[in-house]
Amino acid sequence: MPLLVVENLSISLFDEGHETQLVDRISYQVEQGETLAIVGESGSGKSLSSLSVMGLLAKELRVTSGRIMLDGEDLLSLSSEEMRQRRGRDLSMVFQEPMTSLNPVRTIGSQIMESIEENLGFSRSAARTRAIELLQEVGMADAERRLRQYPHHFSGGMRQRVMIAIALAANPKLIIADEPTTALDVTIQAQILELMTRLCREHGTALVLITHNLGIVARYAQRVTVMYGGRIVEAGRAVDLYHRPRHPYTEGLLRSVPRLDQDRTQPLRPIQGSPADPFMKITGCRFHPRCPYAAPVCRETKPAFEAGAACHFPLNQESRDAS
Amino acid sequence: MAAYILRRLIGAALVMIAVATLVFFMLRLVPGDPIAAMLAEAGSDEAREALTRKLGFDQPLIVQYFKWFGNMLQGDLGASIYGSNQPVSKIIVEALPRTLSLAFLSFVIALIIAIPAGIIAATRKNSAADTAVSLFAFLGLSMPDFWLAILLIIVFAANLQWLPAIGYEPLSAGLWPWLSHLILPSIAIGTGFSAIIARMIRSAMLEVLNADYMRTAASKGLPTRIILLRHAFPNALIPVITVIGIAFALLISGAVVVENVFAIKGLGRVLIQGIQNRDYPVVQGAVLVVSAFFVLSNLLVDLLYAVIDPRIRYS
Repeated sequence: MPLLVVENLSISLFDEGHETQLVDRISYQVEQGETLAIVGESGSGKSLSSLSVMGLLAKELRVTSGRIMLDGEDLLSLSSEEMRQRRGRDLSMVFQEPMTSLNPVRTIGSQIMESIEENLGFSRSAARTRAIELLQEVGMADAERRLRQYPHHFSGGMRQRVMIAIALAANPKLIIADEPTTALDVTIQAQILELMTRLCREHGTALVLITHNLGIVARYAQRVTVMYGGRIVEAGRAVDLYHRPRHPYTEGLLRSVPRLDQDRTQPLRPIQGSPADPFMKITGCRFHPRCPYAAPVCRETKPAFEAGAACHFPLNQESRDAS
Repeated sequence: MAAYILRRLIGAALVMIAVATLVFFMLRLVPGDPIAAMLAEAGSDEAREALTRKLGFDQPLIVQYFKWFGNMLQGDLGASIYGSNQPVSKIIVEALPRTLSLAFLSFVIALIIAIPAGIIAATRKNSAADTAVSLFAFLGLSMPDFWLAILLIIVFAANLQWLPAIGYEPLSAGLWPWLSHLILPSIAIGTGFSAIIARMIRSAMLEVLNADYMRTAASKGLPTRIILLRHAFPNALIPVITVIGIAFALLISGAVVVENVFAIKGLGRVLIQGIQNRDYPVVQGAVLVVSAFFVLSNLLVDLLYAVIDPRIRYS
C-alpha cells in the first residue's frame, strides 16, 4: 500500500462568497521511503496541495473534493486536534524561507526540542541529547554550542539544516519539502538536497520535493509529477520524463534550464507567455495559450490524463513506447 | 552592557538637570506668588517684605536658581515654605510608596486585562470577542479616569460598601488593608492603560500570526496554546514594550488626578497642593522625582528589549 495517496484533490479560494478553483482534481501517490518531486511554476498549485496534506491551509482556502490518505487513514476526515497529532509525528515539512521560518527570539535548541518533547514524549534532557544528535546528523559542527544559539547566528544554508533537523525530529513517515533550496545560494542548493535525500533514505522517510526547477529533480527523485495551472499535466519516472517528456510544458521546462548533457552552444529557450492566472477562465487545456503545438481542439476540450500526460498531442510517443 | 547602562544613566542625569531648570523657571512664570498665597489679603506690606526676605525671594532669580541647584546636588531639596516647613525630601519619602503602590497595582491590573484581551482579539479577528475588545478599548480610552474613579466609588464604596472610598494603608498594616484601599483607584487608572496595551497587543499579534515561523510551529504539531504563548506572544511583545514604556507617563499623570479623588496623599496630591500654594520647593522636588521615574522606566524598557529579543545587543 502506498504511504500517501492523494486522490482527485481540489482546492478553492473563497473570497467574499466568490469561489476560485486553484487546484483541480489532482492525484498522486508516494510509496514508503520514496522521493517524489512535484514540479511547477509559482501559482501552479504545488504548494497548496502540500499544505493541504499538512492540514495547514489558510482559512480562506478549502479542499472541495478528494481524499488524502496517509497510511490508509483519510486525513481530511480527521478533526483539527487529530490532525495536529499527526503533524510532526507522522508527517512534517521543510519550508522555502529558511531566513524567516525559525522563531527569531527562541534558541535553535528549544525549537528542535519542543517537537521531540511534544511528539515523542521525551524528557527535557533526553530531548536535548536527541537534538544534539540531529544537529550532528544534518552536518553541524559543535552541535552542543549551536543548540544555545539563535537563528540570527546562522546562515541561510545552516538554518535550512536546522529546519531539516526539526522535520526529522520525531521520525515522521513523510517529509514535504516546499522549495527547500530556492532561497539559497546555488552552491548550497546541491548540498542541502543531497543531505535531505540521504537522510530520508537512511531513516526510511518518504520525501515530497516541491520545486520549480525540473533540472535538479532527476538526480534526487525517483518519480516526478508536473503541475500547471492547478492540474497535473505529466507524471512518470524521473528518467523518462527527463529524456522523453510527453507534455509540451515539460518539454518547455527542460529547455529553459541549462543541462550538462546538452550542447552548450544551444541557447536556453524560455516558455513564451506568463503562468496561468487562476482568476482568468481558460477553456480546454490550460497550457494552450503558451503551447507551440496548440490546435483548435486544445482550446475547446480539456485533455484527459492518459498514459502519463494530459495532452491531446503528447510528444515522444514512439520512443517512449519502444522503451 | 555595563558601559551602555552607565552612558544611559549619564544621559538620564542630564535630562533631569534640564527638567529641574525648566521647572524652576516655569514655576516662577506662573502668575501668583507664594507670599500672596500665604498671607492672602490680610498681610501688611512689612509682613510681606519680611517673609519675602526670609524665604530668599528678594534675591535675583539667577542667584536663587544656583542656590537651589547647589543644594539639590547635595541631596537637599529644601523645605516646604508652607505650614510646618517640612523638608521636601521627607514629604516625598512619605508620599512615594503610595504613588508607587498605586502605579504598580494599576500596571498589574492593566496587564491582567490587556494580555488576554489582546490575544483573544487577534486570534479571533472580526469575531464577537474581537468586537467586544475593540468596544472596551474605545470606552476605556474615552473615559476620563477621574470620572471612572467617582463611578467606582459610588458603586463599590458607597452603595455596595465592599471597599473603602478614600485613604491609604501601608503594606506594613497588612496585605488586605493595603490592597483594599488601592483596588478602586488602580482600576480607575489601569482601565485606560489596559485599553491602549490591548489594542497594541492585538495589532502586534496579528502581524506575528502570519509570520513564517508560526507555520513552522504548527507543522511540528504543537498545541495552539503553546504556539500562541511560546512563539507568537514573545515576538508580539517587542513593539508592545515600547508603548508600555511611553504609557508609563500616563500612569503617573493618572495617579495625580485619581489620588485626589480617593484622597490618597501620594505624589500627585503633593504636587497639586504644592502648585495651589505656590510651594516652589515642593513642586520642584516632586517633578524631579516623577521625571526620574520616567527616565528610568524608559531605560528599563530599552534593557528589556535585549532580554526579549536576542538579536538586540547593547555595546
